[in-house]
Amino acid sequence: MTSLPTPRPNQKKLGLVIDLDTCVGCQACATSCKEWNTQGYSAPLNDSNPYGASPEGAWLNRIHGYEVKAPGEDQSRIVHFPRSCLHCEEPACVTVCPTGASYKRAEDGIVLVNPETCIGCKLCSWACPYGAREYDYDHGVMKKCTLCIDRIYNENFVEEDRIPACVKACPTGARHFGDLGDSESKVSRLVAERGGYDLLPEMGYKPVNKYLPPRQRRADEKMQLVQSEPVKRDGKAVMDDFFRWADRLLSR
Amino acid sequence: MHPAYSVILFTTASGAGYGLLALLGLVGFNHGPASSLWFGATALVIALGLITLGLLSSTFHLGRPERAWRAFSQWRSSWLSREGIASVVTFAPALVFAALWLGFIASPEWIGLAGLATAALCAVTVFCTAKIYSTLATIRQWYQPLTVPVYLAFALATGAALLMAIASIFGLYQVFQAGLAIIALALTLVLKVFYWRRIDTEQKTRTIEAATGLARAGEKVRQWEVPHTAENFIMKEMGFGVARKHAAKLRRIMIAFLLLAILVTAATILVPLLAIFLSIIAVLLSGAAAVVERWLFFAEAQHVVSLYYGAERA
Amino acid sequence: MTQPKIDTSLKTWDEIKTTTCYMCACRCGIKVYLKDGTVKYIEGNRDHPVNKGVICGKGASGIMQHYSPARLSKPMLRVGERGSGEFREIEWDEALTLATSWLAKVRREDPKRLAFFTGRDQSQGLTGWWATQFGTPNYAAHGGFCSVNMAAAGLYTFGGSFWEFGEPDWKHTKYFLLFGVAEDHASNPIKIGLGKLKERGVKIVSVNPVRTGYSAIADEWIGIRPGTDGLFAGALIHELLRNQKIDLDYLTRYTNAAWLVIRNPGGADDGTFARNANGEPLIYDAVIGRPLSAHRADTSPKLVGEFTLVDGRHAIPSFMLLAERFLSDDYSPTKVAETCGIPTQTIRRIAAELARTAFEEELCLNIGWRDWAGRIHDKMIGRPVSMYAMRGISAHSNGFQTCRILHLLQIMLGTIDVPGGFRYRAPFPKPAPPGVKPAGKPGQVKPNTALPGPPLGFVTAPEDLLIDKEGRPQRIDKAYSWEAPFAAHGLMHTVIANAAKRDPYGIDVLFLYMANMSWNSAMNVAETTAHLTAKDETTGDYIIPHIIYSDAYASEMVHYADLILPDTTYLERWDCISLLDRPISEADGPADAIRQPVVEPDRDVRPFQTVLLDLGARLGLTGMTKEDGTPRYPGGYEDYIVNHERSPVIGPLAGWRGKEGVFHGRGDVNPKQLERYIENGCHWFYELPDHVKYYRHANRDYLEWASSFGFIGRPDPIIFQLYLEPLQKFRLAAQGHGAIVPPEEHRQRIVRYFDPLPGRHEPLEEALRDKIEFPLHAITQRPMAMYHSWGSQNAWLRQILGRNWLYLARSRGEELELCDGDWVQVISATSRIKVQVKLMDGVNPHTVWTWNAIGKRSGAWALSPDAPEAKKGFLLNHLIAELLPERDGGYRYSNSDPVTGQAAWYDLRVRIEKAEGESEISAPQFPVLKGFKGIVGRRRA
Repeated sequence: MTSLPTPRPNQKKLGLVIDLDTCVGCQACATSCKEWNTQGYSAPLNDSNPYGASPEGAWLNRIHGYEVKAPGEDQSRIVHFPRSCLHCEEPACVTVCPTGASYKRAEDGIVLVNPETCIGCKLCSWACPYGAREYDYDHGVMKKCTLCIDRIYNENFVEEDRIPACVKACPTGARHFGDLGDSESKVSRLVAERGGYDLLPEMGYKPVNKYLPPRQRRADEKMQLVQSEPVKRDGKAVMDDFFRWADRLLSR
Repeated sequence: MHPAYSVILFTTASGAGYGLLALLGLVGFNHGPASSLWFGATALVIALGLITLGLLSSTFHLGRPERAWRAFSQWRSSWLSREGIASVVTFAPALVFAALWLGFIASPEWIGLAGLATAALCAVTVFCTAKIYSTLATIRQWYQPLTVPVYLAFALATGAALLMAIASIFGLYQVFQAGLAIIALALTLVLKVFYWRRIDTEQKTRTIEAATGLARAGEKVRQWEVPHTAENFIMKEMGFGVARKHAAKLRRIMIAFLLLAILVTAATILVPLLAIFLSIIAVLLSGAAAVVERWLFFAEAQHVVSLYYGAERA
Repeated sequence: MTQPKIDTSLKTWDEIKTTTCYMCACRCGIKVYLKDGTVKYIEGNRDHPVNKGVICGKGASGIMQHYSPARLSKPMLRVGERGSGEFREIEWDEALTLATSWLAKVRREDPKRLAFFTGRDQSQGLTGWWATQFGTPNYAAHGGFCSVNMAAAGLYTFGGSFWEFGEPDWKHTKYFLLFGVAEDHASNPIKIGLGKLKERGVKIVSVNPVRTGYSAIADEWIGIRPGTDGLFAGALIHELLRNQKIDLDYLTRYTNAAWLVIRNPGGADDGTFARNANGEPLIYDAVIGRPLSAHRADTSPKLVGEFTLVDGRHAIPSFMLLAERFLSDDYSPTKVAETCGIPTQTIRRIAAELARTAFEEELCLNIGWRDWAGRIHDKMIGRPVSMYAMRGISAHSNGFQTCRILHLLQIMLGTIDVPGGFRYRAPFPKPAPPGVKPAGKPGQVKPNTALPGPPLGFVTAPEDLLIDKEGRPQRIDKAYSWEAPFAAHGLMHTVIANAAKRDPYGIDVLFLYMANMSWNSAMNVAETTAHLTAKDETTGDYIIPHIIYSDAYASEMVHYADLILPDTTYLERWDCISLLDRPISEADGPADAIRQPVVEPDRDVRPFQTVLLDLGARLGLTGMTKEDGTPRYPGGYEDYIVNHERSPVIGPLAGWRGKEGVFHGRGDVNPKQLERYIENGCHWFYELPDHVKYYRHANRDYLEWASSFGFIGRPDPIIFQLYLEPLQKFRLAAQGHGAIVPPEEHRQRIVRYFDPLPGRHEPLEEALRDKIEFPLHAITQRPMAMYHSWGSQNAWLRQILGRNWLYLARSRGEELELCDGDWVQVISATSRIKVQVKLMDGVNPHTVWTWNAIGKRSGAWALSPDAPEAKKGFLLNHLIAELLPERDGGYRYSNSDPVTGQAAWYDLRVRIEKAEGESEISAPQFPVLKGFKGIVGRRRA
C-alpha cells in the first residue's frame, strides 16, 4: 500500500485551507482536534505525565506564532500558524513506510496510518518536512491528522457537521474544508482569490492543504481630515470658530 | 536528529558484522574450502552475532516490535522494507556459506558461489540501510551522495579490522589483511572528511521564511511563541541539536580514532609479533570511530521541521 | 494489500446532551457527547445565540477540567494551623451545621460581620439576593478587580457598556477600533465578529501595548503606552471637533449636550444642571428664545451660547464645556503624541479615517421606526464606526474616565446603537445610570433582618453613600464610601486586607466562592496570605475568625479555608444564565440559558447554589423558608430557578413562562420550564423585530416593549450623560456644599478626580512613583487558551501554556543586554520577582508583559510540586501594591480608581535588572502546599 494510488481523473483531494489573515491563535482547533481524536478513530491520543513536571502528549495540530518583519519596517507582525498534516499528493511519509500502515486513500487522498499494522519505526515522521506526525509513546504507533475521517463521512452527523473538528470549532472561520481537486469548490475558489500557497513546494510533496497569506495591511497613510493642516491659531480662535460652526449648523 | 542508541548500535554493529561477513565471503570465494575451521567458526559467529545483535537492537527502536515482520512487505517503495528483507535474505547464503565452511554441507565446490552471494547481499543490506537515510530529502545532512559510500566504507573498515584481529588470534595474520584494513580505514576517513566538508560548505537553502511562506516580499520571519510550552515528539526526535564546538571536537576525536587505527594496523606489519594486541586495538579504535561517527551523523543532522520550531535555516 | 476498510460512521457516544460551557465567562452553548455516562466529546451548539456552533480552545478542553484530579471530593474542616493544609474530611451535615452556627451568630449579632464575596460566580442573581436576605451589605463578586470601570463608565454615560452589555454591529460596521482587548470577555462572539469583519475586508485598528491575538490580525496596530488611551481618544475627539466632524444632530437629540449647566463658581449649584420646578433639566430654545424642559420633544436646543435663567443665574450648554475641554491644547495630537507613544500624524490620520467612515460612508437601512416622542422616521441612519474595549482600559486607576472618553468619542460620531455602530444587548439600555441604589446604610443593617434592597447599586449623590455620620465606610471593602463612591461592583480586592486590619471594622466570617484570593486574584500575594493567617496578639485567635470557602478544585485559596464546601464541576450542575445577572443576550434580542447536569457527580460534592439555599433555609432567611419554617426550595437550585420570583411574574429565566409556557419575559412560574429549555438546547433567545433593533435608547416601540418585559421601569428615552452631574455633586460636596460632605482628608482627592466632564488623568501609581527608578509599565494579558488559574490543572491546556515568560521589546532587551531565556529581577516599589525573559517586536518599548495567572504555587491544583507552573511560571501580582503610598496624615488609599474603586493592577511600574549566576527557578517561591493529593481523576473509558 505504500505505493501511491494512481490519481484518477478529477481526483478528489480533500484538504484544509487555513487563513493566516484571520487566525488569532486561540488554540480552538488544536484542542478540538485533541478532543475528537482522543476518542474517535485515532483514540486514544496519549498524554504522559499530564500533571507532572513535564507533561506532553500527541497532538495532531499545533499552532505556532511567528514574527514577520517587512524590510524597512521597524515593527513586525505576529502571524499565528496552525500546522497539521497537509495530505500531500506525493507524500514521502507514505512511500517510506515499511509495513504499508501509512497509506494515501485512493478515493479522497487522505493520508492515514493504519494503527493495526504500524510498527512504530517513526521513519514516516522523519520523511515528513512538516512535522505532521506525532508518535504515541503509550501505544507504540504513529498518529496523524485523519482529516476527521470519522466525522466527514459519519452518517450519525447532520450534513453540516460532517467536517473536521478543527473546522467546526474555529471561532474566526479561519479554517475551511473541502475538495481541492475540484476547481469550482469553495475552497479552490478561496485559494484562487486569495493566492493560497503551498508550504515548501520546492520539496515536491505537493501538499493539498493550502495557506491563505495575511492580507496587505491597509495603513491609508495619506488619509487626512479636510482641514487638518495645522493652522497657526491659538486655542481660543479654534474654539470660536468651532462654536460658530456648531451654532450655524444647528440653526439651519 | 535525536541520536537513538538503539539505532547507533544497530547500524554500527550490523555494519561491522556485514563488513566482516562480506570479507569472509570473499575469503571463501578466493580460497575455496577454508583452511581453518575454528577461525571460520569464530569469525562467522562474530559476524552473524553482530548482525543479529544489530537487528535485535533495531527492533528496540520500534514501538511494536512484535509486528516487525510486517516490514518485509513494502519493498517496492520503502528502503527500510528493502533493508529488512535484505538483512534476512542475507542469512540464507550466509548460513549455507557457514555450513559449507564448517563442513556441515559437504559440497565445497559451492563455497565460492555462496561466499560471493553472501558478500554481495551484505553489501546490498548496508546499501539499503544507507539509502534509508540518503533518500530523506527532509534532512540535508543525510540527503548526500556520500552518505551511502560512508556507510559502506565504515562497514568494510570495521569488518576488515575485525577480520585481521580474528585472524591474528588464530595465528592467521597476513599483511594483506592489514593492508586491506588500512585502505578501508583510510578510504573511510577520506570519504567522511569530504562528507563533512560538503555538509559544512553546502548552502543551507531551506529557511524559516520559505517553510512558513510568510516572506514573499522579503520579510524576515522569527519564531515568536512555541506551539506548546511542553515538549513533544517532534522536538525530542528532530529538535536535537549539538553545539558546533562540541561537534567539532567529536569530529576530531573520530579522525584521531581512525588515524590511530590506521597507525596501529600499520604497526602490525612492522611488529607482527604484536599483531594480536595491535589488531584488537585497531578493532576497538575503528569501532569507537564508527560509534562517534554515527552519533554525529544523527546529532548533526537537522530536519527541515526545525524551521517551524524556530531554526532560521536548515 | 488493499486499502484498509474503515468504519467512517463510528458512533462513539450513546447520548448527546446540551448545556452551557463554564470554561470561561463567555457562556457558550455546548453539546456533550456521552457514552455509558462518561464524557467523550464537547462541541459548540450551532443553535446557540452566543457561539453559533463554534467553541474555543478552553471549551474544547472541558473534559479534562471535568475529570481533573484537582477536584475536591468531600467537605473538609481545618484541623491544623490555617494554611498548613491539615484538614479532616467531614460529612455534609456536619459542615452545614457548623457553617450555620457561625453564620447564625453573625446574623443575630451584626450581619455585616459576614463578608460574602464570590469570584467567577455566574449566579450573582442568587448570591446577591442571598446576601440581601441575610442582611449583610458586604457582598460583591469579582467585578471590582475585573471590569467595574467599564461597566460603571458605560452605565453612567449611556446606560449600556462595552463588556457583555453590548457589541459592535459586526454585520454593518466598516471600521472597528479595539482598545485594550485581549481575549477577556465575550471570547467567541468577538472572534466570530472579527471573522465576519475579515470576510468583508473591514479595517480593524487595535490600540494595545501588545500586538498579540486580536491585535495580531488587525490592519493597524497602535502600540500605545499603558494608561494613556484617554489621551489618545481625547486627541481624536480634538481633531474631530477642530475639523467639525461630529454628529451635532445626534448629540442634540440623544445626549445632555444641550442641557444647561449653571455657572456660579463657588456656589452650591455651580456645575449642576439648571432645572425647572419639576426638576426637569433645561435647554435653551433657539426659536422661542428661552429655557424649556429638556424632556420636551418640540424644541430647538442651542448648543452654543451663555444664557440667563429666569432667576438670573447664568448657564451654558454642557456641550460648550465639553468642546472647550477637548479643543484645548491638552488634547492636541502634538501634545499627547509623546506621552501616548503615537505619532501625531497617526492620530490625525485615525481621526480622519473615523470621520470619513462615519460621515462619508454613512449607511442607511430602509426600516421605519418611531422615536421616543412618537416621530416617525422612515429609515435608520448608520454611522458604521464601532469600538470595543476591555481590561486594558478598565484596570487602570484612570479607567473610569478613560472609558468615558471612549464613549464620548463614540457618541460624538453618532455611533451608539445605530446601524454599523455599537449595539446594546438586552436588558440594556437602562437609564444612565440605572435607578437601583445600594443598601447598607447605618440603620439598614440590623440583626436578623434582611437588607431593604440589594447591596450593589448606583450612587448619584453623596446621600446615596454607605457611610456613617463621621463619613466612615459601612462596607468592609469601603465601597460606596468617599474612597470609592461609584463602586458599582464592590471592591473584593480590599476585603482581606481591610478585615485583617479591622479597618473599618473586624468581621467574624469570610465566606468566599470560586475566588482564588490567596493567589492570582490577590494584589501582593505574600501580604494577603499573611492577612489570612494573622492572629490577634492579645487573644491568639485568628483576626478573621472563620473562613468558609467553596470551590470545585484544590486552588491555592482552599488551603487557607477553615471549612471547605466542595462544589461540582460545570457538567454536574443546574445553573441559570439569567437576565437578572450578567446577560448573554445578543444585540438582536434577549437571551438566557441554563446548565443541566449531564453527568452525576462521582464524589461527595454539592452544587454551591443548592448549598447556599440550604444554608439560607437553615438560617431561616425569609426568601428561603416558607411560613412554616420549612425550606422554600427543597429541590435545590433547580427548584429555585423555576419557582423563584424576584418580583411578581419575573423569575430567573425569561423563557417559556406561565403555566402553559407561552409567555416570555413576564409570566407565572412554569413547572415545566427546565424541560422546555432542555428541549430547546438549554437556551432561550427572543429575536426583536427589525424596527426595534437600533436606536433603542430613543426608540419608543423598543422602550415600551422593554418596559413591559421588565428591563426598564418606564418607557422614557435614555439620555446619554456626557456631562455627568453626579460627579459634580461629589465635587461640590468636597468643596463643602450640601448636607453630606467628605471628611477633610478626602476632599482634595474628590475635587481632583470627580470631574463631571470626561477627562484623562495620570494613573495614581504612576503619578506617585519615580519614573526614572521604575521606567517600565508591567501588564498582563489573558491567553486565549487559558482562563486564569482554572486552566493549569487541565492536562491539555497546561501542555500548551505550562509556564510564562516576561516579554519585552527587542530594543529594550538589547539596551539591557538581555537575550531570550535570560533571568531577570523585576522590581517594583513593593516587591521583586525573578523571571525569565523573551524579546519580541510587537510590544510598546516602555512596557513589559506576561500571560496572566500561569504561575502557580507549588503543590496547588493537584500538580506535581515541581510543575513548570510553579518552578518557571510567575505572577506579576507579587509586585502590585494593594495600597497606594502614604499620604499626608499617613492615610493609604487602596490602589484603585478613585471613582469606582476598580483595582488598578495595570498601573504597575517596574524596573528590570539582569539576574546572573542564580538558580533557574522563578522567585518568589512559597512553601509547598500540602494536604491535597487530589482525587484520582477518572479518565474517559
